Amino acid sequence: MSTETAEKKEEVKKEAEALLSKRRKKIVTDPLVDDNPITIQVLGICSALAVTTQMQPTLVMALSVIFVMVMANLTISLLRNKIPTRVRIIVQLAVIASLVTLVNEVLKAFAFDMYKELSVFVGLIITNCIVMGRLEAFALGNKPYDSVLDGFGSALGYSWIILAVAFFRELWGSGSLFGVPIFEAVSGLFGEDFQLATNGIMVTPVGAFLILGLIIWVQRAKTGYVEH
Amino acid sequence: MELFNLGIRSIFIDNMVFAYFLGMCSFLAVSKKVSTALGLGAAVIFVLSITVPLNWFLNEFVLKEGALAFLGENFATVDLSFLRFIMFIAVIAAMVQLVEMIVEKFAPALYGALGIFLPLIAVNCAILGGSLFMAQRDYTLAEASVYGFGSGTGFFLAIVALAAIREKLKYSNVPNGLKGLGITMLITGLMGIAFMSFMGIDL
Repeated sequence: MSTETAEKKEEVKKEAEALLSKRRKKIVTDPLVDDNPITIQVLGICSALAVTTQMQPTLVMALSVIFVMVMANLTISLLRNKIPTRVRIIVQLAVIASLVTLVNEVLKAFAFDMYKELSVFVGLIITNCIVMGRLEAFALGNKPYDSVLDGFGSALGYSWIILAVAFFRELWGSGSLFGVPIFEAVSGLFGEDFQLATNGIMVTPVGAFLILGLIIWVQRAKTGYVEH
Repeated sequence: MELFNLGIRSIFIDNMVFAYFLGMCSFLAVSKKVSTALGLGAAVIFVLSITVPLNWFLNEFVLKEGALAFLGENFATVDLSFLRFIMFIAVIAAMVQLVEMIVEKFAPALYGALGIFLPLIAVNCAILGGSLFMAQRDYTLAEASVYGFGSGTGFFLAIVALAAIREKLKYSNVPNGLKGLGITMLITGLMGIAFMSFMGIDL
């Protein structure tokens, strides 16, 4: 009798997946490079590029998106068997919109300057196609924990791209990072004649398109992904 | 004259795509052929011209601080503006559904041509962005209507122009990694420079 139960226990243990098994790690790491939401899937370019003139708002934006995606994926995944297919888009939009409202109110209360700077772009996370896309493609058919990992991974893949864009745009456009003047400090090191000039076009939207285009080129050249 | 100025501004200077990056997803995904780009552009103009004035009413008479004053004194200080996101997106989703049904009924050919794009407009950031900008900038009803139509037209122009360029691009030899999205981003950037030349024009 006792041996039997012991055997059973072992079986159960084998079936339960490790908290961070290989498959689950893959869910998180895949969207970082190989299946990046921005550079490969072409999702969610809408709301984020406008905030990438500086690092700080971009970081806030990235954190907001991570929060919204993880929570939305969790909620929809928990509700996945309760939502009628015909009204799922509205349900998803309602869940996302509530979460975004939450983020917006928190920003308004605790970081009013940032709230002003981001203006409507926090609200536009609602229509960020990554969030909707992941809910449709993953959360509706998977268990909560996997969905959370998937949301986290996708949001992370999105975040590092917009942070990279912001890095170059702020460095070349304003000569600073997180508001710390880099160009001025560097220029001082090599004497009076050595001056680094900022490039005005990086501050304009055009800069974002060019930088993102180049990042995509570099990334695809590395992964060997070709679009037809 | 003020209104005309606002219209021109929203089409060229504050262009949804080139100045605010709104509607980028569909802008990139649906710009492979001019014919589909025309369809999507028309649908966006249509939906924006309807939803922005509609959301103006919603904002003015329900959501704004003190907007509910007409219900009685107790409501004079109620501020529901935190519900803006949810209400706006609900109106947009409902309108898109309605437009879809009307188009299906009265213009089946157009419905077939638009296909999946029509429902996708509900999650097009340009639509929600139009309403949010309208609320943030305190437009009047006339201004909101002109703004809705103008920004829709701006999107239409941008996507049709890009689609025309991409059709020609098929015959050119683009490096492998740049094919598709990469070169499209660069082209969009260059088009943005062209649109920047409208900056500072005041009618």
